Amino acid sequence: MNNFLLLPIIIPFFFAMILMFGQKNIAYQRVTTLLGLIISIICAAGLVMNVHENGPQTVTLGNWPAPFGITMMGDMVSSLLMLTTLVLAFFIVWYGFESIGRKREQFFYYPGVMFIITGVNGAFTTGDIFNLFVFFEVLLMASYLLIVLGGEKAQLRESIKYILVNVISSALFVITVAFLYSVVGTLNMADISLQIAEINQPGIITVIAVLFLLVFGMKAAIFPLYFWLPGSYAAPPIPVLALFGALLTKVGVYAITRTYTLFFTHDLGYTHQLLLILAVLTIIAGCIGALAHFDVKQIIIYNIVIAVGVILFGVAQMNEAGLEGAFVYLIHDMIIKAALFMLIGIVIYVTGTTNLRKMGGLIQTYPALGWFFLIAGLGLAGVPPLSGFIGKLLIIQGGFEAGNIWSSILILASSIVVLLSVMRIFIYAFWGEEGQLSNEVQKKTYNRLFIPTALLVVLSIFYGIGTEWLMPFMGDAAKILLDPSIYTDAVMKGGE
Amino acid sequence: MEIVMAFVCGFLFMAAIYLILSRSLLRIIIGTGLLSHGAHLLILTMGSFKGSAPPVLKDGVTDFADPLPQALILTAIVISFGVTAFFLVLAYRAYHELKTDDMTLMKGSEDHE
Repeated sequence: MNNFLLLPIIIPFFFAMILMFGQKNIAYQRVTTLLGLIISIICAAGLVMNVHENGPQTVTLGNWPAPFGITMMGDMVSSLLMLTTLVLAFFIVWYGFESIGRKREQFFYYPGVMFIITGVNGAFTTGDIFNLFVFFEVLLMASYLLIVLGGEKAQLRESIKYILVNVISSALFVITVAFLYSVVGTLNMADISLQIAEINQPGIITVIAVLFLLVFGMKAAIFPLYFWLPGSYAAPPIPVLALFGALLTKVGVYAITRTYTLFFTHDLGYTHQLLLILAVLTIIAGCIGALAHFDVKQIIIYNIVIAVGVILFGVAQMNEAGLEGAFVYLIHDMIIKAALFMLIGIVIYVTGTTNLRKMGGLIQTYPALGWFFLIAGLGLAGVPPLSGFIGKLLIIQGGFEAGNIWSSILILASSIVVLLSVMRIFIYAFWGEEGQLSNEVQKKTYNRLFIPTALLVVLSIFYGIGTEWLMPFMGDAAKILLDPSIYTDAVMKGGE
Repeated sequence: MEIVMAFVCGFLFMAAIYLILSRSLLRIIIGTGLLSHGAHLLILTMGSFKGSAPPVLKDGVTDFADPLPQALILTAIVISFGVTAFFLVLAYRAYHELKTDDMTLMKGSEDHE
């Protein structure tokens, strides 16, 4: 029993409630939000160290014995993801001070951010499949608020589609949980894992596995289900886009990873092969989208789709290298996507357009922005000392070990496309003739936008260079993904 | 009983899909409502109809209903209620701003080429 584990969920929730009062006082809103995030970050960092030293932490609410009460489970996977989420939220909120606009700040932008973090952290931590649904709804409800906040025409139009897609996927989630409950008779994730192992995954469980892939794939934007993502994500302002791009699809990826490593591990030939094929198709679709567009937002948004494919490819290998790579790459991608969205937000701010064809020559006026964008772009593609490299290396190593030679080579080729897509932004926006420049740029605002962005890029560089120190943590995470019995033992024995 | 429920759920899903595929925003929202009703009934069915007695645990009682699906449905109903309310308000606001409730007129965008 260790209630400490609940703090990274409860603190943002508590601060969100405080922030609903005094909504017009911007200084109070900003300070309180940052304070809440800093306290949560300290707690999450403490949790990571605690998990590293003492192994997975569990809390079963209400002191019920393990399979009956709702279990919260803090293993290395969830605690590291929570820490990353909170750190990114800190930078995005800081960046948003200058770019989100006073009107939004006065109308529940900060409570929305805190609620979304509550939902995301809860979804990472929960050990109960129905509770996962509830936390999904918490984060979705907050995301509905954030995507529509401001009420611009494009936002209203796109948020209707976004909500519709998510309502349908939530209904499917409930249906899938109902099927699963009728087969295994439990909702506790550790217990489900044990029950499925006991009945040796009959056909119906494989059907449920595919249904889960459909439900979470809709949120994670895998191949046939990513259609809603480019339109919806382009509508809200940049800080919200950064928050969504960095966190929301990754919750879907996490849920697929969790269910496919904990529950459905007995019919790899079908479920994981399907996941592999879909991951490869996702990468191809994302590559086509990333190269086809001349809108900077869309290029980075399609890069989310590619990254989802790469991570799930690692998960589909089901060996230590693949899973470790997938996890390293997941955290790398959260950091680098937030950084890239913040960078292109600055590019859009200084040029006043999202169209690449109208930009040009920014390197003369904003050299620092250009170099940081180049570093972030190289990091995204996985050029060696930077953060994307280790994850991708391990994923491909896993692919080769599992005998998926051609698809691994395809992942390598996709890195070149990713590099090309970000280099296109660099070449069009920063090189060549002087293009369009916005007249409303103030040096002070630019600097305030640039500082958090630059710090986040530096953080991603450290994540790349310091991988050696982080590897013990990543190894713990991969072990728990690889061996469900660590998870189930921690829940079933810890709850007694 | 399960057969009847299967048909009821199936019919609700069918009606929901028909409504969701229509053009009018209001019909789509009603469709999502029906979809969640179907899902809730499905949970109830999945909990099986073995017991007729109330779900109270007491030693020696063998005939009791499974309380868990009922708790799940309650949670899911509250959530879908909240989402539907939000969706309706959003649709109203979008109708005011965009001057249409026709989904086919809501695609594309004016600020992209």
